[in-house]
Amino acid sequence: MAETENGDRWRERFDAMIAAEERIEPRDHMPDDYRRTLVRQIAQHAHSEIIGMQPEGNWITRAPSLNRKAVLIAKVQDEAGHGLYLYSAAETLGVTRAELLDLLHEGRQRYSSIFNYPTVSWADVGAIGWLVDGAAITNQVPLCRCSYGPYARAMVRICKEESFHQRQGFEMLYVLARGTDAQKAMAQGAVDRWYWPSLMMFGPPDSESSHSERSMAYKIKRFSNDELRQKFVDIIAPQAEVLGLTLPDPDLRWNGERGHYDFGPIDWSEFNRVLKGEGPCNRQRLEHRRAAHAEGAWVREAARVHAAKQAARAEREKENAA
Amino acid sequence: MNERGANAAATDTATIAYVLRLGDDALIASHRLGELVSRAPQLEEDVALANIALDLLGQARSLLTCAGRMEEQLTGVLRTEDDLAYLRDEQQFTNCRLVELPNTDFAHTIARQLLFSGYAFELYAALRDSADDTLAGIAGKAVKELSYHRDHAARWTVRLGDGTRESRERMKAGLDAAWPYTDELFAADQVTRSVSEAGTGVDPARLRPAWEEFLAQALSDAGLDWPETAPITGPGGMGGRDGVHTEAFGYLLAEMQHLHRSHPGAAW
Repeated sequence: MAETENGDRWRERFDAMIAAEERIEPRDHMPDDYRRTLVRQIAQHAHSEIIGMQPEGNWITRAPSLNRKAVLIAKVQDEAGHGLYLYSAAETLGVTRAELLDLLHEGRQRYSSIFNYPTVSWADVGAIGWLVDGAAITNQVPLCRCSYGPYARAMVRICKEESFHQRQGFEMLYVLARGTDAQKAMAQGAVDRWYWPSLMMFGPPDSESSHSERSMAYKIKRFSNDELRQKFVDIIAPQAEVLGLTLPDPDLRWNGERGHYDFGPIDWSEFNRVLKGEGPCNRQRLEHRRAAHAEGAWVREAARVHAAKQAARAEREKENAA
Repeated sequence: MNERGANAAATDTATIAYVLRLGDDALIASHRLGELVSRAPQLEEDVALANIALDLLGQARSLLTCAGRMEEQLTGVLRTEDDLAYLRDEQQFTNCRLVELPNTDFAHTIARQLLFSGYAFELYAALRDSADDTLAGIAGKAVKELSYHRDHAARWTVRLGDGTRESRERMKAGLDAAWPYTDELFAADQVTRSVSEAGTGVDPARLRPAWEEFLAQALSDAGLDWPETAPITGPGGMGGRDGVHTEAFGYLLAEMQHLHRSHPGAAW
């Protein structure tokens, strides 16, 4: 929204609302960069949900028990649902889902890099639940207090479901870790592969994060990347002991002085490689998405044409009745 | 064993076989829909197809568990839902061939769903009066779910039939491909005769008029003609209920069962 002659007054009101922890709603005036920041973040989040359906959906047809299969379908379905609420939240800011999907398909908007890793064993489904959803919740719980109302409200429901997914993932690994040797090795292998990427989910270190400062000032973001990462490590380190699985970090240990776990250095060169599109599945994930969208074009077109025909028929009936 | 005892045992065997085939129908129908998750034409359909897959999987689990328990009473050996889903070979599955047909495109999926859920709705509506309480209970829940599944399929049939020239052609092709496998749904055999006499199951031929009425309405709303492709019978007249399936079915089972079978005796 362009600043008008009354710009200063609405800007003051906006700043006061942010300071007073009030929620900004779609009809409120808001600065352009606040709107842009939100659209970028909500779209990226929505894209992550729908791209995230792929690595886990990869195991639906091979789930080793009917119970696990039901849990997995329900989980992937939740992710589609999260995508729906998030695109809807973004639409309150004046963009459409179709535009955002185009940006995703053209590679002009991002999704979480974590989904560019492959799910090569059944245990990866558990590791994603425990570590990836665990990291996502750590990131997302503070978003329930985000200054933008529709996003904050969508996050309340999403966090409830994510926390359920995280417990399901933990429970799945717990069973595998107590299973046969092969199952235990499967679980350990998955944790070895997903641990470091899950720590990278919090984004670059605070010293190098490009968007953090503005998001913190607007109360879209409440904690820094490094604070959230530490919080996550503090949660999962003791959980790994309960699981009886090892986190692949020789430097991981409790530091009584800090009251936190210390952990080893993160290989940011890998993070940057995956971000640049050179991860194991970047191309595959996007191609899968584009193909589903392209193959569905005739279906969406049929639905649109049918709806238009229906409307025209209803119109004619009304005229005939008159 | 006296004559009455022999009859009762025959009925039990038939009831087990009957419940098992219903469970297999639901399991395989669910599996095919599960293949589509993340591949739907729009996000709402990803949600809807996953939802239907979950309903069907729930039905399959109840039915397979029920069949396993009935069998245990007869043989003393319990097979769980997972034993039945993962450890039987292709020829031991007695689902109809319709549910195993591949998802060639969205119209093929909708056609399969339309024909199957229209039939299953009538089936479970009738099974609510089954003399077997467990089966009647499962049917009471399933019929509500199937009422939504068939509505979902019917609405898409109308959208595709009435939409564009391409969608109409595709919907027609989908119906033509699935239609030859519908006779199997209504065919009577020793199992259905036995359970319908005992009042635990229904004579499938009885379901056909209401199914045809539902279908006629959906096709008429969609502006589509009644499909006329000839029935495809299996070798020697045998089909899914006899354990003789389409070639596509072996691949489906290979994918579904391999992990479970790779770890014999493991708990998941």
